[in-house]
This record gives sequence, structure tokens and C-alpha cells, in this order.
Amino acid sequence: MSQQKEPLFQAETSRHDKKRPLVKNCIKAFVVGGIICTIGQLVTVLLIIYFPFTEQTAGNPTVSIMVFLSMLLTGFGLYNKLGQFAGAGSAVPVTGFGNAVVSAAIEHRSEGLVLGVGGNIFKLAGSVIVYGVVSAFFLALIKTLLIQWGVL
Amino acid sequence: MTKTWIFESKPAILSAGISGGPFEKESPFAKHFDFFSDDLYNEEKSFEKAQRSLIEKSITNSLEKGQVTESEVDALLMGDLINQLTPSGFAARQFDIPYLGLFSACATSMQGLALSAALIDGGYCEKVLTGASSHNAAVEKQFRYPTEYGGQKPPTAQWTVTGAGVVLVGKSTDPLAQAYIEKATIGRVRDINVSDPFNMGAAMSLAAADVIERHFIHSGDTVDDYDFIVTGDLAEIGHSITKDILSERGVSIPDEKFLDCGKMIYGNRPEVLAGASGPACSALMIYGYFLDELKAGNMKRILSVATGALLSPLSFQQKETIPCIAHAVAITSHKGGVV
Repeated sequence: MSQQKEPLFQAETSRHDKKRPLVKNCIKAFVVGGIICTIGQLVTVLLIIYFPFTEQTAGNPTVSIMVFLSMLLTGFGLYNKLGQFAGAGSAVPVTGFGNAVVSAAIEHRSEGLVLGVGGNIFKLAGSVIVYGVVSAFFLALIKTLLIQWGVL
Repeated sequence: MTKTWIFESKPAILSAGISGGPFEKESPFAKHFDFFSDDLYNEEKSFEKAQRSLIEKSITNSLEKGQVTESEVDALLMGDLINQLTPSGFAARQFDIPYLGLFSACATSMQGLALSAALIDGGYCEKVLTGASSHNAAVEKQFRYPTEYGGQKPPTAQWTVTGAGVVLVGKSTDPLAQAYIEKATIGRVRDINVSDPFNMGAAMSLAAADVIERHFIHSGDTVDDYDFIVTGDLAEIGHSITKDILSERGVSIPDEKFLDCGKMIYGNRPEVLAGASGPACSALMIYGYFLDELKAGNMKRILSVATGALLSPLSFQQKETIPCIAHAVAITSHKGGVV
């Protein structure tokens, strides 16, 4: 048996490699992410002016509305096109989380509502939830300890 | 020692059935394909079922154009990328033809053609149907993310072709003969240490270069004997690397002779990034465009090298590198042998 892996060619493959256009991607992500957040801010302001919400309570309904909008865009097949253009700009805001949930739900509809949609809806978003909760726990633990010790 | 299979009786390709999706309809080579579905579902309930229906359509068209009934065909050799080859197996359920499922990932088309030629040359079969298929959304679903997920793909990523390409292979004496299968070199599995599933072309480059080099050594042919050397779905990056490896090994192929179906099929559309991929990529181009050119006499002999990445969604999550395969088949417009 001859040596099957030929690491010698690693240099060879990287020569033709197409790098992600980092600066361009960052600018696009900044602009699109900024626009999404501005829309979110607008929703918050409208909620405070026209509905009985305060600056403290307007957060949750804003998130719901933004996720709803991202759901519509995903359903109409537009969010993946936005994602290819904006990258992190459309993935990091809460609309990206909505897209991850809804796209998985649509994709697995063919396997039924229970095993398909139910079983796969958090296929992508699940790890965000798991590590979000875990890191929140550890942060809270650190804060509690620091308060106990009188540091904070 | 490994060797090239030489088919003395020169089995012939008698007819082809090529189907594609709506995106393939816009291909500059669309006039060489014969059926397109209106959307990715092709009136079915899921992407996988749509793929099955495209395979059935291609088989039916191939039988019709080859003027044969199912009972006259001795074997059906098909493959695709979906788990347990369900689209191929389910399509085969519709036909009364003995079936063999094939898997060489995107190199399946040439695995099928080489085996069909061997079965006919060896006298085991009179007529064989062989082909390969893929479906963009079904593959995305199995290997990557949901179709509507807004992840950003890197410029090295490739676009899986939706479609199915099937040919009927028979004896060279058949009046419908369009082109002849002369020889085939079966590839070895090679690994160039690429583990990024969004850079499949680079992963496949070594396997492609290896089989091309071996084909020339074992068959005694030279680059000059071929009008074109056509790889399956290496796309921009993989194709350049393959050329580098070959020239390092003393096989120099002029640029105008060295083509890649993955670079050709969609023209210059930016959304396909580095190019096309999928078992249907080489099946559509070789059995569609190149077969028509050979039949018309515009090309005398081509070496078709389909390339496949033997990964699974599990293997790359477990951080394995991607072993790859390529098979080379020499197809000629000339029955007589020497061109």
C-alpha cells in the first residue's frame, strides 16, 4: 500500500484558492446589518409612540416583529439571497436566527409535522440556544460570585 | 499492474435522454438537453421525488430515442448522491430492467459508461442503460444547509446541477450508433488533504490528475490523440490545480484542449461561484453536448474524466479529509479505430 495522503500538495491547492473578499464582505455586512438594526430601532420607537410600551418593555415585541419579517422573507425565498450578499450582516441580527429556524422547518416539511418539522426545526438554531443558555448561566454565576465577594 | 480497459468491439452510445431543472434551461448548452422541469419540484411533493421523476423522464426518453422497449435492455446502471441511492432505486422500480446501483459520487456517469461498455464487450449484455443524476436542493439538504438558509458561501463553493443524463449503450453494429466507447481507465481513490466541503474542486484535483496520467501511461495514447480532455466538475480552482499537478508529472495539456463541464455548463453566471458540480454535471454535458458534437463529427475523440468526492455529511463533521475518485473513458466518433 502506498502512502495515500499526499500533504505535499497542500501548497499546491492553496495557490489557486479563492479567498473570501474580507474587506468587501465586512463593509457589506456592516451596511446590511446596520440597516436591519435601524429597522429594528424604528419598530421600537413606533411601539413606544403608538402602543403602551416603554423603552424597557418594547424589546420583546420588537424581536417578535423582526423575526416575523425574516420569516416572510425566508418563505418568499429572499433571505438566502440576502445572506449570500450580506454574510454576517444578515446572520448575526435576530432575523438571522429566525431564518435558521424557519428555513429548517420549510426544508423538513416533507418528512411530516412531528418528525420532520418538529424534529428538525432547531437543527441549526439549536446550538445557538444551547450555548446561549450555557454561557448565560456561567456569566450569571460569575456575577453572583463577584457580588458575594464584594468585588461588584 | 493496473491497466486501461480496451474495448475491442467498441460498444456504441445509441441514444441519450437528458433532463434538467429550470436553472439548467438557461444554460448555453440547453439545446442539447431534451426536457426541463418548470420548478425544482417537477410536480412532485419533495426534492427527492422530483429527482426520481427526472431520472424516469431521462430513461423513458432514452428508450424512445433508442427505439427499444424495456424488455430489450439487459441492465440499468444508475447512481446519484442521495443516501442509499433512493432516487435511482425508486426510478428503477418503474422499469422492467435488471438494475445495479452505482456510487462514485460525481464520477458515477463514467463509472456507469465504463461498466456498460465492459458488459457489452464481454458479451454479457446486448443493450445497457446507464446514467447519473443529482438535484440541487436535495443535495443541499443532505450535505449542507436548508435551501432557504441565509448562510454565505465562499467563492470556492460550487453549484449542484439538477438533472439526469442517461444513455443507451449497445453494439457498434447498431444502426443508431452515435459514438463509440474505446477504452476506460478506472481511477484510484486519492486524497490531497482537503477537508473543506466548500472546496470540492481542490479535493478532487489529485484523483483527476492521477487517472489522466495513468490513462496515458497504460493506454499508450498521447494528448495529441484527443481533441479534448474533459473533466467532470472540478470547477475553476480544481481545474487549475489538476493542470499544475499534471504538468509537474510531465503531462502537459494545452489550455484550449483541457475543458471542465463544471466551468462550462452555466456559462459565466456569478451565483454559481466556482462552477457547477454533481453527478448530473458530467452526465448532462458529456451525454448532451459532447455526444452531439461527436455525432456531428465536430470532435473526433474525447477523454471524459468524471470526478467525484467520496465524502458524507458525517465524515466532514468528524474532520476527515475528502478522498476522491475519477474515472476516464475515451469516446470516439470513429468506428474504425485509428482516427
